[in-house]
Amino acid sequence: MNPVISVNHLHKAYGTTVAVDDISFNVAPGEIFGIVGPNGAGKSTTVESIMGLREPDSGNVSVLGLNPHTQRSAVSQRIGIQLQQAALPDRMKVWEALDLYSSFYTNTIPWEPLLEEWGLGDKRNARFVNLSGGQKQRLFIALALLNDPDVVFLDELTTGLDPQARRSTWDLVADIRDRGKTVVLVTHFMDEAEALCDHVAIIDHGNIIALDTPARLIEQVDDELRVTFEVDGPFSAEILSSLPQVSDISRSGRRWTARGDARNLLSAVVIALEQNAVRVTNLQTERASLEDVFITLTGRQIRA
Amino acid sequence: MQDSTVLTQPTAIHTTTKGQLWRSFGRMTWIQLKLYSREPIAFFFTLIFPVLLLAMYGIIWGNAPGSGYYQDYGYIDMQLPALTAVIIGTVGLMSVPVSVATNREQKILRRFKATPMRPLTYIAADVAVNYLVALVGMAAVIVVGALVFNLRFAGSLPAFFVGFTLATLAFIAIGYIVASLAPTARVAQVVGQLIFFPMMFLSGATLPLFLMPEGVQQVAQWLPLTQLVVLLQELWLGVGWNMTAVVVLLAMLIVGTLVSARLFRWE
Repeated sequence: MNPVISVNHLHKAYGTTVAVDDISFNVAPGEIFGIVGPNGAGKSTTVESIMGLREPDSGNVSVLGLNPHTQRSAVSQRIGIQLQQAALPDRMKVWEALDLYSSFYTNTIPWEPLLEEWGLGDKRNARFVNLSGGQKQRLFIALALLNDPDVVFLDELTTGLDPQARRSTWDLVADIRDRGKTVVLVTHFMDEAEALCDHVAIIDHGNIIALDTPARLIEQVDDELRVTFEVDGPFSAEILSSLPQVSDISRSGRRWTARGDARNLLSAVVIALEQNAVRVTNLQTERASLEDVFITLTGRQIRA
Repeated sequence: MQDSTVLTQPTAIHTTTKGQLWRSFGRMTWIQLKLYSREPIAFFFTLIFPVLLLAMYGIIWGNAPGSGYYQDYGYIDMQLPALTAVIIGTVGLMSVPVSVATNREQKILRRFKATPMRPLTYIAADVAVNYLVALVGMAAVIVVGALVFNLRFAGSLPAFFVGFTLATLAFIAIGYIVASLAPTARVAQVVGQLIFFPMMFLSGATLPLFLMPEGVQQVAQWLPLTQLVVLLQELWLGVGWNMTAVVVLLAMLIVGTLVSARLFRWE
């Protein structure tokens, strides 16, 4: 399928500092495309070039077949933007913001249902300054959806939200995608990218260092699965270490850990334990996460 | 993902129409007016403070003919155009720099920039609102002056209105230079005050110049606010257009517009 966004050899420097060196990728229609990377990696510059807020030094960017720099007005009519750093006037009321922003677009959807949908129905007359962090964030998402956009950009959407608000926001983002919109998600939360994104580009030092589905990225870096369990009664480690699927078995206190290839370890371990009538409690599986991929590839924590 | 051809445009390209521009401008102006009415301090300085000054003058000096500098007119007749100049100065040098720099500092302008709204729409609405506020401020002192102090007007209303409009736009343009140069809202506020307050006391806007020592009067002639006071007083009292003042204000308007158009930053 033809891409909604196409970035080819994007390059952008500020003075002598190269923000984006050479970045190329395509975003397919209807997917959630994640852009992750440490602070200062070039994420914002990349996304702002796609939105038409910055002019690339070289390279091509195309959004919905349009050039976001030379056709900025046409592009901005069809995209929705939630910026990491943005605000409304303190004394502006929620409904006034939606009403004002509606006047900027040629095609809009009614804002009253949006207000309900994003849980702001009872905040209609509240001033911006009196909203909580989560409410402000949801208002900005509602503003990003006012023009019924084809592409929605969400930049550090859940930063500053409590865990519960983060999870419910994830559901809403998946919901946006399920309504047929393409979503570009910029985040430094690896669990968020792993849970939501169909494809993830990891950016570091102005270049893409990995681009794939979260599952395949994890597989490439670490295809080991760990099965851990506690045993009630007699147990000989031989039962498992003799299995071809198990590469290693170890013990820490009452807890055993069997390691092996992610694709067939679990069933082999469970069957062997069952056949030998071992009474197992608290069985868990662990495997690498996108966070591990990130640390392996960049050699550092995301928030060092 | 590897496909390099780009989605061809299935629907028409939406460009912003003229009607749309007016709709945005109208909505932006209306909301800015509402926001202004929710700022108690700005409200006080542009609308209430000049009326209080007027009342103070009236109580101290009255408005009998000869109570001011002119034989046929009173102190209030002479100081009302000067108070109008104070209102224009407050709007241009205090309200505009602070509100624009605050909107930039708080990333409010950044969010606007991410919409199809034209930058000019925002600026035009902002200028319109500040102009309206100055107009209402002037109307308030005129109404109080007429009702309480038997205000006399000897000029031509259209001419006074044109002079008022030129002066207000000129001071707003200067305010935009301050807003563009100031790195933060705090700096914009301090710079605006540093420019405005000395002028307010030395220009004849609050105390008539003829009460000042000769040396101060000499210096005061060079201040833009003095030129504004002179322009409005002479239009009010029917003397006519003071061409020096007109040239000074026109120069402020042109230079202010050109410079702030070059320097204005959204973030």
